[in-house]
Amino acid sequence: MKILIRPKPGILDPQGKAIERALPALGFEGVSQVRVGRLVELEAVEPDRVPELCDKLLANPLIEDYEIHLEETAPSG
Amino acid sequence: MGEAASPQRGSVGGERTAEKASMRFGVLQFPGSCDDRDALRACRQVGEARLVWHEDTELSDVDVVVVPGGFSYGDYLRPGAIARFAPAMEAVTRHSAAGRPVLGICNGFQVLCEAGLLPGALLPNDYLHFVCRQVELRVESTSTPFTSECRSGQQLSIPVKHGSGRYFVPPEELDRIEARGGVVLRYAPGHNPNGSAHDIAGVVNEQGNVMGLMPHPEHAVDPLTGSDDGLRILASLAAWAVRQDREPLSA
Repeated sequence: MKILIRPKPGILDPQGKAIERALPALGFEGVSQVRVGRLVELEAVEPDRVPELCDKLLANPLIEDYEIHLEETAPSG
Repeated sequence: MGEAASPQRGSVGGERTAEKASMRFGVLQFPGSCDDRDALRACRQVGEARLVWHEDTELSDVDVVVVPGGFSYGDYLRPGAIARFAPAMEAVTRHSAAGRPVLGICNGFQVLCEAGLLPGALLPNDYLHFVCRQVELRVESTSTPFTSECRSGQQLSIPVKHGSGRYFVPPEELDRIEARGGVVLRYAPGHNPNGSAHDIAGVVNEQGNVMGLMPHPEHAVDPLTGSDDGLRILASLAAWAVRQDREPLSA
């Protein structure tokens, strides 16, 4: 599964700001609201416990939101 | 050179006053800690001190725990996120629950926040720069075990060196911390190096026995390197321990 972690709305994300400021120099105009998070991929024997894992370690709920995406199973063996 | 310029008072076998003999600091050491030795040396200027390995869970001989700076576990995931699960942190939590002082410096502050021993979190500095410079701090409260040897409003000159020192708590929690006098140290006007809310440099928990700060008192213990103001904080803790000796917590 994939876990998407990002800074909570309203929290200044200087990484996103730095990227945003660099883009015009590269000729990319009109890009705004850049926010940088991270993606964690993992396999779990007990998927039910993954939210707990996210709350305790992968994300800091005070400053980050997370979404858990279950990967679709491969069509065939 | 440093040793000669400033002998380590209070070290085992060295000359000790009655005051110094009765208290001991325990300085945690995680893989990736880098200020543990400086902290140990600084603590020995005001008392006894030993290192506490991250797998060690025995702290009964320790009066004051210091969680030092560095990059524990490589700062992987978030600074302090993995260190909080070290076996020694369980012992630190028990130490704190017993009302005994815990001082978190820089990465140690981040660890204590991640462990839930302090409110809030430390975010990347607002301009993403790693800052390494001397800053001026104002002592906002002298009624803590960490600042009893300071004067209210006293200015301390202590260095910072960090990439993630922007103190953040949700606004309502920030109001509560301010209302209870939980902000112990504030960056002086113009000295906030990281965009911390309310210029906060150091906060104490509700019980008043756990403090975290981003500046490094252990790097400001000798006039040779510009300031010995950091000793005020360590001397406050030594004084606390001596007071406890006379009136133990359990009494």
